[in-house]
Amino acid sequence: MKLAGFGAVAVLLALPAVLNKYALTVFIFMFFYAFLGQAWNIVGGYAGQLSAGHAAFVGVGAYAAALLSAQAGLTPWIGMFIGGGLAAVLGTVVGFLGFRFGLRGFYFVLLTVAFAEICRIVALNTDAVGGALGFYITYTGNPWQFQFGDNRVYYYVALALMLGATGIVAWIERSRFGAYLTAIREDENASEALGVNTFKYKMLAMVVSSFLTGVGGTFYAFSLFSLQPNAVFGIPLSVEIIIRPIVGGAGTVLGPILGSFILSPLAEISRNYFAQHGWAGAHLIAYGVLLVSVVLFLPQGAYPAARSLLARWRR
Amino acid sequence: MSLLELVRVSKHFGGLQAVNGLSLQMEAGEILGLIGPNGAGKTTAFNLISGFLKPDAGEIRFRGRSLIGLKPHAICLLGLTRTFQLVRPFPHLSVAANVRVGALARHPRSREALARALAVVEQVGLAAKAETPAGSLTLAERKRLELARALATEPTLLLLDEVMAGLTATETEAMVGLIRRINESGVSVLLIEHNMRAVMSLSHRIAVLSFGEKIAEGAPAAVAGHPRVIEAYLGEDYEHAAQA
Repeated sequence: MKLAGFGAVAVLLALPAVLNKYALTVFIFMFFYAFLGQAWNIVGGYAGQLSAGHAAFVGVGAYAAALLSAQAGLTPWIGMFIGGGLAAVLGTVVGFLGFRFGLRGFYFVLLTVAFAEICRIVALNTDAVGGALGFYITYTGNPWQFQFGDNRVYYYVALALMLGATGIVAWIERSRFGAYLTAIREDENASEALGVNTFKYKMLAMVVSSFLTGVGGTFYAFSLFSLQPNAVFGIPLSVEIIIRPIVGGAGTVLGPILGSFILSPLAEISRNYFAQHGWAGAHLIAYGVLLVSVVLFLPQGAYPAARSLLARWRR
Repeated sequence: MSLLELVRVSKHFGGLQAVNGLSLQMEAGEILGLIGPNGAGKTTAFNLISGFLKPDAGEIRFRGRSLIGLKPHAICLLGLTRTFQLVRPFPHLSVAANVRVGALARHPRSREALARALAVVEQVGLAAKAETPAGSLTLAERKRLELARALATEPTLLLLDEVMAGLTATETEAMVGLIRRINESGVSVLLIEHNMRAVMSLSHRIAVLSFGEKIAEGAPAAVAGHPRVIEAYLGEDYEHAAQA
């Protein structure tokens, strides 16, 4: 298993040598969405608190790093941690409101969506951050400003983000923190009775998750060079973040990666295909169908299903 | 100093007085049985002691320390752990992983917690099922798992809510033996139980609740013959008939 992991990483490290420009872009976003899915996985997958507003954290992180870079000349390499910190502050507020007042299930989902929508509307109506026109980053190609002439650098940065978040999640899974999050997902009252401070651990999960997602905002901003409130705070982005870990296997270390490796190419191919045939946007229908199928037939996600299939085949 | 002390504890839900001025004392090492007809307020009393509900009035002390206002997890860490009448296993986790959650309360390192959990799993006789997902256990096994998880938190006082309900006679007998061994290892036990034979043989003392009030307390034999207890369980007419 460990050997397979190292092998896979080695292949991914060598891959840019053979990929063309288009394929490289597909891989960059595959890694990036796997990273965002992995960050969501901590609070949504392990702790079972279904945040459907994680785009808010991407947006806060993205705007923070972009504004600090444009207005104060601060390098995004530092700005990304400030963006992550601000996202974590927002995560703390959302988490406190949700967990302190015991919002569970759909009510927590609604709370998180509401916060993302508030962020979107505030950004749309704040001229200082570009308002509805959006915020544009001037291209300089300066690596110190997180801008790279060579797409392969984005590839390696995105890969590092994905592997870093996966390392964090793997560590969480083996620690008491992870065991407690899983217990909370399974049964909150039983966890309390066994000495688990459910409020504290749910808050911690939310803080770590929103921080990482906010860090991802910098990558979003400085790889797209434009921030549109409707896109970066929008519900579609939140769905993109959630759908990968759910399809791949929420609450597992490899689920978000597997989900992204299945969905990102699929999204890319279907988007191009439908756009060419004048059906722009129809790929979202394909997404919806896939999500419903997974929920119906593989409720645990693809990774646990694949693993049990493999175990049966070996026997 | 008593191990557990309830002083005139009351709790109402709307117009229903679930627990009414309940006072109770428990000494270290004791097994105290809490019995009473359905709706007498036994489970409410458990929820009040374990911090899942806040009393409207009264005081609850554990080893001299007030529990009022403490969250269930904090009460557990003080050494008072409860089980649930409707067992609540973590269904997707293995038996060992379930018990490990309890063990982590005293052993923060994952590996030590697992070793401790496996010892407890062995103790309750579930060793053969250690790797089985809790969701696929039988009722008797789930009851044992519920007990094992609570035991893994290394409590001074264990609150058991109907751990024998739904068990066969043989399973009940095994459970009685298990609880007795746990008590002999130094854990005090407060148990709610409907199985009279089990509760009479296990308990050092018994307290009887009816409509939220304590109507009798004492040695099992004395309580069983108490007229108010017979009345509460069987109705007034039966008592008159018995006297006639």
